[in-house]
Parts: sequence; C-alpha cells; structure tokens
Amino acid sequence: MEHRRIIGETLLKIENVSLGFGGVQALSEVSFEIREKEILAIIGPNGAGKTSMLNVINGFYHPQQGAITFKGEVRRAMRPHQAAVQGIARTFQNVALFKGMSTLDNIMSGRNLKMRRNALWQAIHFGPARREELEHREAVERIIDFLEIQAIRRIPVGRLPYGLQKRVELGRALAMEPELLLLDEPMAGMNVEEKEDMSRFVIDVNEQFGTTMALIEHDMGVVMDLSDRVIVLDYGRKLADGTPDEVRANQDVIDAYLGVPHD
Amino acid sequence: MDFLYSITIAPFLDIGSDLIFFAEVLIGGLSAGVMYSLVALGFVLIYKASGVFNFAQGVLALFAALTLVGIMEWGVPIPLAMALTMVVMIALAFAVERLMLRPLVNQEQIILFMATIGLAYFLEGLGDTLWGSNVKKLDVGIPDVPFEAGGMLLQTFELFAAATAGVLVAALAVFFHYTRIGRALRAVADDHQAALSVGIPLKTIWVIVWSTAGLVALVAGIMWGAKSGVQFSLSLIALKALPVLILGGFTSVPGAILGGLIIGVGEKVGEVYWGPPLGGAIENWFAYVVALVFLVFRPQGLFGEKIIERV
Amino acid sequence: MLYRDTGQFKTSYASDQAVFPILQDRIGVIAVLLFAFLVVPLIADDYWFQAVLIPFLVYALAALGLNILTGYAGQVSLGTGGFMAVGAYSAYKMMTAFPDLHIVFVFISAGLFAAAVGLVFGLPSLRIKGFYLAVATLAAQFFLIWLFNRVGWFYNYNPSGTIDAPTREFLGFLITGNQATPAARYLTALAMLVVFCLITKNLVRGRIGRSWMAIRDMDIAAEIIGIRPLSTKLTAFAISSFVCGIAGAELFLLHLGSVETLAFDINLSFLVLFMVIIGGLGSILGSILGAAFMVLMPILLTNLFVGVLGMQAVTAKHLEFMVLGALIILFLVVEPNGLARLWQILKEKLRLWPFPY
Repeated sequence: MEHRRIIGETLLKIENVSLGFGGVQALSEVSFEIREKEILAIIGPNGAGKTSMLNVINGFYHPQQGAITFKGEVRRAMRPHQAAVQGIARTFQNVALFKGMSTLDNIMSGRNLKMRRNALWQAIHFGPARREELEHREAVERIIDFLEIQAIRRIPVGRLPYGLQKRVELGRALAMEPELLLLDEPMAGMNVEEKEDMSRFVIDVNEQFGTTMALIEHDMGVVMDLSDRVIVLDYGRKLADGTPDEVRANQDVIDAYLGVPHD
Repeated sequence: MDFLYSITIAPFLDIGSDLIFFAEVLIGGLSAGVMYSLVALGFVLIYKASGVFNFAQGVLALFAALTLVGIMEWGVPIPLAMALTMVVMIALAFAVERLMLRPLVNQEQIILFMATIGLAYFLEGLGDTLWGSNVKKLDVGIPDVPFEAGGMLLQTFELFAAATAGVLVAALAVFFHYTRIGRALRAVADDHQAALSVGIPLKTIWVIVWSTAGLVALVAGIMWGAKSGVQFSLSLIALKALPVLILGGFTSVPGAILGGLIIGVGEKVGEVYWGPPLGGAIENWFAYVVALVFLVFRPQGLFGEKIIERV
Repeated sequence: MLYRDTGQFKTSYASDQAVFPILQDRIGVIAVLLFAFLVVPLIADDYWFQAVLIPFLVYALAALGLNILTGYAGQVSLGTGGFMAVGAYSAYKMMTAFPDLHIVFVFISAGLFAAAVGLVFGLPSLRIKGFYLAVATLAAQFFLIWLFNRVGWFYNYNPSGTIDAPTREFLGFLITGNQATPAARYLTALAMLVVFCLITKNLVRGRIGRSWMAIRDMDIAAEIIGIRPLSTKLTAFAISSFVCGIAGAELFLLHLGSVETLAFDINLSFLVLFMVIIGGLGSILGSILGAAFMVLMPILLTNLFVGVLGMQAVTAKHLEFMVLGALIILFLVVEPNGLARLWQILKEKLRLWPFPY
C-alpha cells in the first residue's frame, strides 16, 4: 500500500529483551526497532510472545534482561505510568474498557493525563475546572466524530456489541494523543465490514495524526495491506524482520506457520 | 520514657522471668487459636468451592449451637440431638442454595459477599426468634478438668478441642484431595461456568459444601458454646476469623489452622504482656492490626495462591 | 406524556453536561427542595424530626461518603463507624478547646481530621484489594473505637465516658446543644446534605470521578492510561472520610446530642453499608434513598409488629433482623444496582407513558 508519509528516525528500540515467568520463557533476546510514523506488524503463532512484547513496551511486564530505548532514553524496564506520560497508548486483546462508564466517559478518561485541575477546583466546578472539562470534551468529540460513534455516546460500554467496544477502546487510546500506539489484535472477532472499517481507521490515524503504530494481527491480508514492516515471533524468538513481501517469502516463517517440528 | 520501656523491654523481661506461666499463656492462646481455626475452616471451605466469602459463617456456628441447645432442652439425648441439628443445617444449606446462590449465580463476588451479610442478619434474627436470645449453657459432656503436665496447669477441654479440630481437618483434607466430589469442589471454586460445561452439578456441589460448612459450624459452635455459653457474641467470632484467613490465605485449609493458632497465641500473649501498659482490651484490635501488617508485605497470606493478573 | 424530553435539544456541551439536563427533573428537584426547606419545618412535629428526619439526613450524608469510597472508587470499607467517630470526637475537642471557634470551622476541622485518618488507613489499599481491604478497614474500625474508649483525653476525662454537645449558634439560631430546636437542627443537616450532594456531583462528573470509576472497573487498564492508582485511591479515602467525619460530627451534634463510642461501633458501619447497597452503589440518589429506606423500615416494621400485631418489643426486634436480612438478599437478587436503578427504570417507563413502547 502506498503511504505518503515520511518515515522518520527510530522511536522505539528493543535490545536483547528476555522475559520469563517461572519456567516459561516468554521472550528470548528479542531485538527490533520501530521508526517514527511507520506501521509495524507483529505476527506469529499463538503463544509466540506477541502480547508479552507489547506488555513489556508499555511497562506492564519487566524483562529480566535487555534494554528499551524510547525517544532516546534508555531503560531496563518501563513503568506503566511513565509509558503513558511519554506518549505510549494501547488497546487490549480482550477489550479493557471501563464497563461501568459510558462511551463518552471512557474516552474522556483517556484525557486524564492532560487535565490538571485539582479536587478543590472540581468540587466547585464553576470556573477553571469547568473550562478544562469543556475544552477536553471538544477534543473527545472530534475523536468521536472521527470514529463515527456519535450515536452511542451515552450508552454504558458493557452493553455495546464487541466491534463497537473495540472502536471505543481505540478512541480512548487516541484521546491520549500518543506518539506510539500499540494495538493488540484490533481486528479479532470482526466480520469483513468491521475489519475494513478498522483498517481504514488505522490508516487514517497514521496519516492524519502521524501516530506510529505497532499492531499484533493474525489476518495476513490486513498485515500485508497495512504494514510498512513486519516482525515475526515464534516461541519467544524473532524469526524475521522486514517488509511484508520479504517476510512472506522467508522459509523459517513458512516453517513456523506450517508447523515443522523444532529442536 | 517509662511508657516506652513498658512496651519494649519490660514485656520480654516478664516473659523470661516466669517461663512456666508463659507456657501456660501460650497453651491458652493455642486453644483459643484452635477455636478460631474451626470457624476459619468453614470460611475456607465455602470460598474454595464456590468463591463466596461467607460472612455468615460465625452466625451459622451460633445458629447451630442454638438449635442444638434448643433440641437438647426438649429432652433429646445428646447424640440424637447432634444428628437432628445436622439435619437442620443440611436443610438450611438447601434453602441457601435455592434462594440465594442460584439467583445470584453470576454476580460479582462483592454482591455475593453482601448477600451473606444479609444472610447473617436473617439467621441471627431467626435463631433469636426460635430459641430466644438469652445466654444458654451448652453441655455435651466434654470433660473439663484441670490437670498438670510438665509443671503447667492445663484443661482437658483444650486437649479435646485440639483433638477434634485435628480430626476434622484431616477428614476434610482427605475429602478434598482424594475423592471425586472433592475434585469437583475444587473445579467449581475455579470457574463456575467451566465446571457446568463439563457436567458438574453445581447445585448439588453447593449443597454439599454448605452442609459441610454447616457441620464445621456445628463443631465450632459446640466448642465455643461449651466454653463460654451460647450467646450473640459467638457471631462476632466470625469477624475475628477474618484476620485468621488473611494470615493463612483464603483458599488454604492448613493456612486456616496455622493462621488461627498464630492469631490465638498472638492475641493472648499480646494481651497478657503488652495489654497493661496500653490500657487493656487490646484483643479487640490486635488481630486486625497484625493481619493488616501481614497484608502489606504478603497479600496472599502464608499459603494462599498468588494472584497473577493477566491482560 | 408528562416526562417526554422531546424538543429539549442541547446546543452546547455545557448544557449537555448540566446536572439535570431534563427540564422535568429540574422542576422536580426544585420542588422537593422548596418543600423540604420551607414546608416541612412548619408541619413536622418533634417526633418526626427526632426519629425520622434528622437521622435520615445524617445517615444520608454518611452513605454519601461511603458511596464515594465503595460505590465510585470500588474500595470496600467496613470502617465507616470509625471515621464517623473521628469526626465526632474531633468536633468535641475543637469545641471544648476553642470555645470561640465558629461552628462552620468546627465541622470543617472534624472533616479534616477524619480525612487524615482515612488517608492513613487507606495507605494499604495500594497493595490490598477487595475483601482484604475490607479487613484492613475493620482494623481501623476496631482500633479507633478502642482508642476513643481508652484515651480519656478524647472525652475530657468525663467519668461517664460520654461526650455532650456544647451549644453553638449559626446566623443567630442555636443549632447545637440541648437548647437548639429540632427544626433548627433539621435545617442545618438539610443544608449540609444539599451542599455535599452538589460537591459530590461535581467531583463525580469530572476528572476525579472518572479516575475513581476507572480504578473500580479495571485498575490495570487505568494505570496504562496514566491514572495513578495510589493517589486516586488515597483521594477517594480522604474525601470519603472527610464526608463521613462530618456526618459523624452531625450524628453527635445535631442528632443524638450526647454520644459514647458504642454509637459508632461496627453495627454503624454495617448500617451505612446496607444503605449504600440497597440504595445503589455509585449513585448519589442511591445514598439518599438507601438512608431513607433504612431509617423508615425499622419504624414501619416496629409499628406493624408491635402496634398492629401486638407482639412484644423484643420479638419484634428479632423479626426485624430477619426481615432486614431477607430484604437485603431480595434486593441483591432482584436489582443489584439498588433503589436508584429502580428509580431510573421507573423514569424510563414514565418517558413512554402512556404508550407501551
């Protein structure tokens, strides 16, 4: 797919990251880079460590070994709050929305980092807190327009169908105005139309807002169409790293997917 | 300065100066601890098998004891009275399953917890209505004579209580690990829906679990009642069982025992040696503070399962 | 036809975010407030003030406080009685140590002391969740009650162990102490409830409210958006305890006039918790409805059992326990979201009435 953006310098660098839980080695010495404004796809068979990789990037898991460099700063492990402040947002495989709140409130919660008025101002409401609330409401409404979810603003997200929930979750991540957006199987469980919509959103976000994106995806068609580069993980190791076409032709990758026995 | 001395150095000197007395206090604490363990055991059973935190466990003990006394007052011989009480407890288990657990089957834990609080109030009112609320004496023939051992003064009652608890725990451990029903119970504790889908009869399991908890409650009720009379304060023991569970872990039978003993000993020793300088009656909160401190450093308790959160 | 909101379009975000966006709601609330402030003091008698209205207002405030912590922020607390006690006893100490202190500052300081204590006992909440946290709050409950019992300084070494409300006035009216009229105390409690409902509503519909609910619903996801769990939980504890502290001071100064620690024991914690459950977790209206229910219900039951059916008071009390317990279970089965949700459903039906759909 033709992309008109200019892909920039390295935004995120993962070096020799290893992660284990008890006896299970989720990641083994994985290294790769994500460059500004690109769309990177992470693929691999189930259990390959893809979600663990995302969890390491946004600080949920701390690797035993390796280094993460984000926007030039090197650290062994991220912390979730740090990741958020620095501009990393993500969606989850199993939709981690706040089920007790409406669509609007969920997306507004994504603006939390940008709102600064303390409890006292908020208790009074009239004045600075109200202005801030309205200002951010406008920003959120722009996202709601972008994602075409105006009709479900007030509905508690627990009552929404799965496809719409995923869209709301994307909205919440976008509300953070992230530099790096991590998407964990954004198309899972969707039909053809929904996938087309979501793909359109992914491209639009990348082109309009210049957001760098890393997505885990199983649908090869989507991967080939959307991504600039692809990384393949298998049993916690990186198998391949290159353009979609390069990866598609890679024999190791083919073996992994067809199930050739490993040593 | 005096005060500081009296709570840091003095208690240890006191302990050292009369080790025999200290041993007696320890034993007293252990026997109180056994009582706590019995109640905590009921909690663990229900929590393990149905994920429900049964706040009404203490009241169950009270209710069982009240029913036993009531039946005995009709002149029924003790063994038969116990059996009849057990029948009542099983009937209660059926009722609880049908009227409370089944309608609330997929609600969150907090809702079920609050429902058990409601159950506690209901049972307390029911017990009082049926049998009256004045203190009753419970005498099931447990020998309670003092005897000497190794220079210490002990009561046979305490030995009996400890032995009973031991037998009960052993029986339950065997039940859980070596029988088909025990395995089913553990499956249900893990995931209701999954258990249903492999054909485990949820309703039957719950009746069994609550009946077993009822049995444990009856034993606990008898022990407590024989020692200090059957009265309302028995239900407050349930509240005491909470720190025990925290120490031991909510899902562990050995944890409930160990936790009970630790709390029992801690309370007694604390009251005797640290109580006077602090004004006495620290038993009221001592267990909770200990549990609190424990929670901060080891949230899952001594033997509980570590909760790994997955996203 | 009454409740239609057709034609009421919102043309700005500001009007969309108003507290009562539907006109009929606004009218209804204003009518209720006018009635409560102007009409009730004229028609209610001492019994109604003493036994129903004032306790209702005081408990409603306590339920509001607990709802902030448990309903909105999802932190289970069984220590409400303890925090209310802190409010009452600090109010007493402030009033006796600084007799010239204005009553408004007395209440505020009571709240602040309670908030500080709440903060301390809320610290474990970062590591501990769910029932475990409930047990930690029990530690607070038992320890605080023991403290106020044992340390004579708190009750000025009064041999009976009770504390008595000193007389204070506000805008020329006596509102505390045994000379204050029931009507004056009622209006004070009412005014304070309205103020705190407003404040809570403002907090809940803004950033803080959303962070509380985020932590309640899924604290892992909340952390990843950048919400800090510890400070959010601590804020909830502090604000909730502040409100409960003031409610405790009200219980002492406006309702009972003379209290000892027994008034703040574990039963009070349970009572307020029931109000919050039955009324509806995470709902301001729910706190009020729950308080009304728990105040009125025992009175209704006593009147029924003793007055109509002629039972003895003792038996009636036992039956009340049974009915209460059964009602709690019933509520949880039928509508876990409480009276507030039932009210919402009623309003939705009203919107359609007289049409079926």
